[in-house]
Amino acid sequence: MSSAQDLRKRIKSVKNTQQITKAMKMVASARLRRAQMKAKSTEPYAERLGHILQNVASGIDAGAMKAYPLMAVRPVKKTAYVVIGADKGLAGAYTSNIVKYFVHAVEGKERNEYDVLTVGRKPQEHLKHHKYPIYNSYAEFSDKPEYAHAVAIVRDVTARFIAGEVDEVIMIYTHFVNSLTQTVTSRRLLPVETPEEKRGSTGLYLFEPDEGAIFKELLPKYLEITVYNALLQAAASELGARMTAMTSATDNAGELISSLNLEYNKLRQAGITNEISEIVGGANALQ
Amino acid sequence: MSSARTVRLNIITPDETVFSGEASFIVARSVGGELGVLPKHAPMVAALSIWPLRVDTADGGSHYFAVFGGFMDVQPDEVTIVTPNCEVPASIDVDRAQRAKERAEKRLKERAEDIDIDRARLALARALMRLDVAKYK
Repeated sequence: MSSAQDLRKRIKSVKNTQQITKAMKMVASARLRRAQMKAKSTEPYAERLGHILQNVASGIDAGAMKAYPLMAVRPVKKTAYVVIGADKGLAGAYTSNIVKYFVHAVEGKERNEYDVLTVGRKPQEHLKHHKYPIYNSYAEFSDKPEYAHAVAIVRDVTARFIAGEVDEVIMIYTHFVNSLTQTVTSRRLLPVETPEEKRGSTGLYLFEPDEGAIFKELLPKYLEITVYNALLQAAASELGARMTAMTSATDNAGELISSLNLEYNKLRQAGITNEISEIVGGANALQ
Repeated sequence: MSSARTVRLNIITPDETVFSGEASFIVARSVGGELGVLPKHAPMVAALSIWPLRVDTADGGSHYFAVFGGFMDVQPDEVTIVTPNCEVPASIDVDRAQRAKERAEKRLKERAEDIDIDRARLALARALMRLDVAKYK
């Protein structure tokens, strides 16, 4: 059994930890709100761009479509994965869920059939430790991504795809449902798939300079906004996961403190009772 | 509300809607050349170059925007410009644009082996546009 002094120290240290987790929880929840808003504000852009892409694609026939390097469907000999995770820990199972999903996706594949581009320090450390073939890594922006980061990632993967180094690019990220639920999802970036609807039906549209030139410009922009949206979703998910993790850590610390307090009070009272009975015993002996 | 003499214009970037209002005339430069859009224009999609955008409003005023490429989707009663980035004159840092311009010019002049010519050209185009638009502060 520990002494009263030990218990006092223990309670103090748990209280300190609780203060830290509480502060982290509050920071995460404030930033989560901002991240959610940011993810939401990309919607009009993505929607509009998707709309234009559909209109332009409908004016191009399927045969001509194959001529665009970003749409070239080849037999898949090598797949590149883009794994989007966090820079920092203390976010519950956020990173391990992402990594688990990736490991499951490459199960049964040979080393030379895939490689991976990591976003965020945590997945990089983890996959490096387990000797997965990492091609490139980006970090330092997992909780505050900007459009420029998405541009850099898209430039990187499209260059490799066009050079024929890889035949397929798949992105793995966490989709933000709400602050309690985030689901890991994957999405194929390259080759680009366009919506199939109403092909060849918009003869009414004028194109400046022409369909082909617009399409060539449009595809990378479409990829960029797709990746940017994924980065923002991942950032919101990270903050959501951190908030949940820190809430339960704070609650646990509270429980621990109250049980330690109970033990400490019991010990203190036992000491007092002991002293009284000693005094009473001593006084009785004197009579 | 969109009367016959104006058309609704929205300028959308990934992070925000930069402009939303009525315009009587829009001048943009597409990859193929300059083009003006009046209300009731036929449906059109244009790929824009890095070039200042002029928007005339019904009260006779003109607004200028620095548009960094992107697309213009024209409908008879609505024009939408989706662009990766768009800056208004007040937010442009002239000194920074000036420095970027000099840097890009130097790079293009020296033609060192390890530089990316396309990137330097784009950087120069961006800097020139910023300087141009900043005049309308």
